[in-house]
Amino acid sequence: MAKKIFPKEEVCVGCHLCEVYCVYAHSKYKKPTAKAHELVKLYNKHKDTKPTPRILVEEKSGEWTTFALQCRHCDDAPCTKACITGAMKKLEDGRVICDEEKCVGCWSCIMACPHGAVRRGENKKAASKCDLCLELGEPACVKNCPNDALVIKEV
Amino acid sequence: MRYVIIGNSVAACGCIEAIRKVDTQNPIVVISDERYRVYSRPLISYYLAGKVDESKMYIRDEDYYEKHKVETLLGKRAISVDFKNKEVILDDESKIKYDRLLIATGGKPFVPPTKGFELKNVFTFIKFDDVKAIDEAIKGGAKKAVVIGAGLSGLKAAEALVKRGLEVTVVELANRILGSILDLEASKIVQAELEKHGIVFKLETSVDEIMGADRVERVRLKNGEVLDSDIVVFAIGVVPNIDFLKGTELKINRGIVVDDHMRTNIEDVYAAGDCAEGYDFVFEQQRVIPIWSNAYNQGETAGYNMAGVEKTFDRGFPMNSIGFFDVHMITAGIVMPNSDDIEVLVKHDREKNAYRKIYIKNGRVLGFMFINSIDRAGMITNMIKEGLNVESIKHRLLDEDFGYLDLPKELRQEKISGGAKA
Ligand SMILES: Cc1cc2nc3c(=O)[nH]c(=O)nc-3n(C[C@H](O)[C@H](O)[C@H](O)COP(=O)(O)OP(=O)(O)OC[C@H]3O[C@@H](n4cnc5c(N)ncnc54)[C@H](O)[C@@H]3O)c2cc1C
Ligand code: SF4
Ligand code: SF4
Repeated sequence: MAKKIFPKEEVCVGCHLCEVYCVYAHSKYKKPTAKAHELVKLYNKHKDTKPTPRILVEEKSGEWTTFALQCRHCDDAPCTKACITGAMKKLEDGRVICDEEKCVGCWSCIMACPHGAVRRGENKKAASKCDLCLELGEPACVKNCPNDALVIKEV
Repeated sequence: MRYVIIGNSVAACGCIEAIRKVDTQNPIVVISDERYRVYSRPLISYYLAGKVDESKMYIRDEDYYEKHKVETLLGKRAISVDFKNKEVILDDESKIKYDRLLIATGGKPFVPPTKGFELKNVFTFIKFDDVKAIDEAIKGGAKKAVVIGAGLSGLKAAEALVKRGLEVTVVELANRILGSILDLEASKIVQAELEKHGIVFKLETSVDEIMGADRVERVRLKNGEVLDSDIVVFAIGVVPNIDFLKGTELKINRGIVVDDHMRTNIEDVYAAGDCAEGYDFVFEQQRVIPIWSNAYNQGETAGYNMAGVEKTFDRGFPMNSIGFFDVHMITAGIVMPNSDDIEVLVKHDREKNAYRKIYIKNGRVLGFMFINSIDRAGMITNMIKEGLNVESIKHRLLDEDFGYLDLPKELRQEKISGGAKA
C-alpha cells in the first residue's frame, strides 16, 4: 500500500500555488504558519537560483487544461533501478525518495522515469522529486491547493 | 535451498532484492574477487575527480548483507563451476555448493595486445582499485595522460583527469567520439565542449607502442606521432568476464546466452548483467547490453525465477544518460539506423547548444538522442518500451515542453492514475 497524489485536471486552474508551497515546505525557511507574502519573500531570497519545486504544472499555450503532476511512487520504480549511486530508493512505506547528499546529478533517473516526474534541482546538482512531505503529516501541495485539485489517496 | 551468486555488483543486488521479496529464509551466498562491498562502477570517475569520497561509492547501506541475510565471500575468485555436482570452485580450492546459481561476473576490460602494456602507470578503467592506482600515480607527480578510447568510460576518465589538473590527450580509432551513441553532428557538440576544457583529440588513429624505461614516458601512435605521457589509460570497451566458464557445457556466444527468465541452457543456472547475452527488444536480437539498469533488471528477473516466482524480462534495450562538464545527454534505442524506411525528426538549437533527434518506424519510436535538452526524456524511453503509436503527436516530441498534455485525455489519465481514480 502506497500513498499517491492524484491531480484533477477538471478543477485545476494552473495557479502554480502548489509549486510555491512545495518549495516552501522543502526550504530551510519553512514555518508552519506561512502566509502567501512570505512565500514570495522566499522566492526573492533565491534570486540567482530559483528553487525547484518537486511538482510540475503542465500547461500548454492555447489550451485551458492544466494539472499538477508529481512522482507516482511507482511499485516497480524504474528510477531506483537506473540510479548509479543508490540515492534513489524505495522505502518500506512505499515512498520513493532521493538522498540528495548521495546523488551526483547523472540524470539516469530522468532517463528512466516514465512520467517525467524527476526534475533537476537547484544548480542542477541533485535530483529533486516529491517525497510526499511525510514529516509534515500531509503534502503541502494537497493541503494548500485552493481548488482541491490535488487529492492524496492510499492505493 | 541455497542460492549462490558469483559477482557482487548491481546484477547481484537485483537478484538479492528479488529473492528476499519472496523468500526471506533460505541462505544466499555472494562471491566476489573484489574485496569491497557493493559499490558503483560508474562512480569511479567521480571518485578520481574528487567529487565523491570512498563512503559514497557504496550503493547500499552498510548493514545491507546482514539485513538481507547474505553471506559474503569477498576477495575470492571462482575458478570453475562443476555443474554436475552443483559446486563453485574458488581460488583457495574451497567448494561452494549451490541449488540455484546466478553468474553475474560482469565485464572485463578489452585490451588489444600492445607493446609496453606491462610498464608502470598503464591502467584500465573499470574497478575501484584501478582509480585508486591512478590516484596514486597523480599524487606521485603525473602531469600528462593519454586515454585510449573515446567511448563513455574513456571520456569519463579524461574528464576526471582534467579535473585533477592533468593535460589529457584522447586517442580514438573511429572518426568521431562516442560513436556507439551519437551521430556525427551530436558528437561534434560534445567534442567541442571537451576541447573547451583542454582535452586534445587524436581521431582515426590508435596506439602503436607505449615506451619508457620502467614506467610510461611516451606513447607512439599508429600515425607516427609521439606524445609525452606519464600515464596511459585503456578504455576501449568491456567484454563478458566468462573465460573461466569456456569449454564447459554452458552455452556461450558473445556472452552467456539467457532466455527471458535469465535461464541458461543448464538447469538451475542463471546469468545476468554484463556477462549475459539476452534479448534486445529494439534491435530484435540476442545481445550483450552492458548498462547499469539492464544489469539490475536482469538480476532481479533471475532472482524471482530462482526463488520460484515466474517473471520475464523481455523489454531490454540500450539507454544511456551521461554528462561531461556542462553537457548532458540521454540516448536510447537505435541511434544509428541503417535502413531507409525510418523517419528522422531532428532539431538543432544552436543558441542553446541543444540537439534532439528521434527515429520513428511504423509510427513507433525506435530511438532518440537528446543533448542539453533532456528533461522528461523518460517519457520517450517509455514510449519505446511500450511501442506506443506516436503518429499524431510526433511533431511535438522534439519540443522541450513535451508532456502528458500532448497525449489524448484518456491515455494521459490512465497513465497518471495507473488504474486508480482521483
Ligand atoms: C567507468 C565506467 C562507467 C560506467 N558508467 C555507466 C553509466 O553511467 N551508466 C550505465 O548504465 N552504465 C555504466 N557503466 C556500465 C555499468 O557499470 C555496468 O553495466 C554494470 O556495472 C554491470 O553490472 P554487473 O553486475 O553485470 O557486473 P560488474 O559491475 O561488471 O561486476 C561484476 C563483479 O563480478 C566480479 N567477478 C568477475 N569474475 C569473477 C570470478 N570469477 N569470481 C569472483 N568474482 C568475479 C568482478 O570483479 C565484479 O566485482 C559504466 C562502466 C564503467 C566501467
Ligand atoms: S520518480 Fe518516476 S519512476 Fe521513480 S517512482 Fe516516481 S514516477 Fe516512478
Ligand atoms: S541523478 Fe541522482 S538520483 Fe538520479 S540516477 Fe543519478 S545519482 Fe541517482
